[in-house]
Amino acid sequence: MSTDTDHGLEITGDVADDQRRDRRIRRFLFGCTSITVLTTIAIFAVLFDNTWGFFFDATFSQWVRTSVLNLGVEGLTQRVSFIEFFTDTEWRPSHADDPRYGIPTLLAGTLLITVGAAFLAIPVGTAGALYLSEYASVRTRKYLKPTLEILAGVPTIVYGFFAVSFVTPVLLRPLLEIFGLSIGRNNALSAMVVVGVMTIPMVMSISEDAMNAVPDELRNGAYALGASKYSVSMNVVLPASISGVFASYILAVSRAIGETMAVTLAAGATANFTGNPLAEVQTMTAYMVTSARSTALVGSITYQSLFAVGLALFLITLVANLVNDYVKRRYREVYQ
Amino acid sequence: MTMATNETEETGGRNDSEPLISTEVTSSETGRGSRADETVLETRNLDVYYGDEQALQDVSAEIPEHKVTAIIGPSGCGKSTFLRSINRMNDQIDVARADGEVLFHEKNVYDEDVDPVALRRKIGQVFQKPNPFPKSIRDNVAYGLKIQGKEVTDEAIERALKQAALYEEVKDKLNSSGLDLSGGQQQRLCIARAIAPDPEVLLMDEPTSALDPVAASKIEDLISELAREYTVVIVTHNMQQAARISDKTAVFLTGGKLVEFGNTNKIFENPDHQEVEDYITGKFG
Amino acid sequence: MSLDTGSDLLSDVDLTWVKRKELLFHVLLFSAAMFGVAMLALLIFDILIETAYGVLILGIDVGTFLTSGASRTWEQAGLLPAIIGSIWLVFLTLILSFVLGVSTATYLEEYAPRNRTTRLIEANLTNLAGVPSVAYGLLALGVFVNGFRMGEILLAGALALSLLVVPIVIVASQEALRAVPDGMRNGSLATGATRWQTIRGVVIPSALPGIVTGTILALARAIGETAPLIMVGAVLEARSTPDPTSLFGSMPTMIYYWAFRPVTEFHNLAALAILVLLIILVGMYGLAFFVRNHYETRV
Repeated sequence: MSTDTDHGLEITGDVADDQRRDRRIRRFLFGCTSITVLTTIAIFAVLFDNTWGFFFDATFSQWVRTSVLNLGVEGLTQRVSFIEFFTDTEWRPSHADDPRYGIPTLLAGTLLITVGAAFLAIPVGTAGALYLSEYASVRTRKYLKPTLEILAGVPTIVYGFFAVSFVTPVLLRPLLEIFGLSIGRNNALSAMVVVGVMTIPMVMSISEDAMNAVPDELRNGAYALGASKYSVSMNVVLPASISGVFASYILAVSRAIGETMAVTLAAGATANFTGNPLAEVQTMTAYMVTSARSTALVGSITYQSLFAVGLALFLITLVANLVNDYVKRRYREVYQ
Repeated sequence: MTMATNETEETGGRNDSEPLISTEVTSSETGRGSRADETVLETRNLDVYYGDEQALQDVSAEIPEHKVTAIIGPSGCGKSTFLRSINRMNDQIDVARADGEVLFHEKNVYDEDVDPVALRRKIGQVFQKPNPFPKSIRDNVAYGLKIQGKEVTDEAIERALKQAALYEEVKDKLNSSGLDLSGGQQQRLCIARAIAPDPEVLLMDEPTSALDPVAASKIEDLISELAREYTVVIVTHNMQQAARISDKTAVFLTGGKLVEFGNTNKIFENPDHQEVEDYITGKFG
Repeated sequence: MSLDTGSDLLSDVDLTWVKRKELLFHVLLFSAAMFGVAMLALLIFDILIETAYGVLILGIDVGTFLTSGASRTWEQAGLLPAIIGSIWLVFLTLILSFVLGVSTATYLEEYAPRNRTTRLIEANLTNLAGVPSVAYGLLALGVFVNGFRMGEILLAGALALSLLVVPIVIVASQEALRAVPDGMRNGSLATGATRWQTIRGVVIPSALPGIVTGTILALARAIGETAPLIMVGAVLEARSTPDPTSLFGSMPTMIYYWAFRPVTEFHNLAALAILVLLIILVGMYGLAFFVRNHYETRV
């Protein structure tokens, strides 16, 4: 017995040292945790600051600094009008005489590819998930699921290469020639295909989780009524898991909107306000990577335009993520 | 030997002073020669709440040194809560709150200046489910020594393992994982781990309930041995076990009330309370 | 109808149409499930064909390819500086994201009080995981490259990648920490360990296989990331071996550059580079699965 006379429970000695270290570590860990919050704030701040600089002649921080120093409201010269940015259907920032900054052009490119990809990924992904959860044998699942993980793990740049070296020339071109159509090396359609393919695993695995969460009693109830597997899948499992399945769609769409390298390689670098899937289009993300190289000049309008487009992209995916979060929370309520 | 200590003073409003019968308790082999019972731990009017739910009501008890004190009662009566409030493991539960006093050597462990970590270095605990760490047998035993800044020696480890009656079975494989042992061995390893840093009190929360009868009886034998060195407080749902191994018994009944506390023989042979007798004879609980 | 085998009892039940529909449905679902597998097979097939064409017909020398840097002529072009760049990036990302990710997960699982702030931090993490990778590139460009005037160096790229994969490391680590039974924590705390002693002595060692697996998978994601590096200003034509404070290229940016070149021989170089990247990825996945299966069963 170490201390018989004294109860020795006070915060002193070795224990105090250990506790002090515990508190120090806790502070350090909290510091690391706050970096994640700081990251979000920093992303938004950087995007907002430079977007301000895109519309006006100084970034937000510069403007605040100068107007505070001069104690007068510094006149802001607007370089790009909001009306142009939100309604113009031309996007040609590097045009020498008449540069135009209409985000709808890039938005259309993103939308076109996202919708096209969704048309592939959603039905295929949902059907695949139904197969996995209702039909597949244990053995099949054992091999299929890791394959899906690999499919999801292939870098997007590889999908981009696949689009230009295989999807367009080998799959799409001969197919379209039958209908007398022709496509160029870069086209929205091939981007739709590869973005669709790369989002299939996401739809499949999240939907399958939702389907697996459907209690077996529901299935057995339907089977006992003489229902076929088809009917159980379509009329029991799918409706019961619909919110989880829906969440997977939102996530896939959000992923498709933010997808960059595959669409850059596949769809090209020509901003086109069009809904034609055979045309070359430029998405918001593709604009950013293709222009990043040519904008060594910090503060130039092209440099700032990256951030303006980035902010638009950030806000769109933020909304998608929030919707997904909301759907997921509702889905949890249903099953617990 | 066993001087009749004054028993429960107030239990849940009932005031029943017990007849102070001096009984020689069977299993109390007080190895350190005869010495008057000293109270190591005492609770005074202890209330414990989990949120709005009261788990212990006005519990007052005195736990004598170098004795085995058994806590029995039906499930949900607050036995484990009582144990956890002694070494403040209840602090781990966000909603848990304690009123009243738990005195360890006359010092209230809930005082501002008491560090629960310091407290737990003096009051060890063994849990219901064996929970050896995924480390070697040696490292499991050394763990407490290491974190308490004590020297880790082969002798210390051997001593703890011997006290836990495990040494002979594992002396050739001290470096193999503690998880490879059988359930009963794991529990004895946990006992060795708890006593290695030499605490004063050893709390045991149903230490045999997850074990087979043979392993359980080994641990029972061990507990009586441990009382030579440590003050043992053991929660059990097994009344025969309490009767076999303890010197003192506390009976908790529903609502977290300590109904009767006294010498084990007395409790099992002639309890003062009808509900205690009903519980012990199996009419209730 | 095919009623010849049916007994009288079931003769009024005609399942022919139901069975046909059932079969069709089964086939449809199966094809959907196999669609991804087929695409993966096609993709690998395409890469192999392009590589084989490059090596066997065009005569790309694999030795030269693996030991030299980018070049104007495809015969002399190689991947070495890009491989070194990628290794540096993954190494720095490993250190940064591991420290940051495991620390954050530990705080959230072991220390954080269950309150509004904690919930907000966790909601923010889910959101961060969904932020497109280009946005991290812009962040690094605005803050590290131009804000702190680091320049377009490898470290800035590594910082972008680290922030990008930290949410993945955090989520994986949180799951691993959550899987450690509470009995383990209580056993340690009851011995008089402080919370940190418990975490370091018992919790982290038990959770380590899960944490390591998650980190490897996060790094597998990082090594294929292209967009943030381009935003940071990676050199597309990586000619010289980089270090953390120099301009840099990486395997994916090299692939991007070659794939965009009009001279088609460069496309075969890109295919070969992709093959190298995929082999490295397979190795990383293999390692992750090995750690998962070999160590995780213990606890």
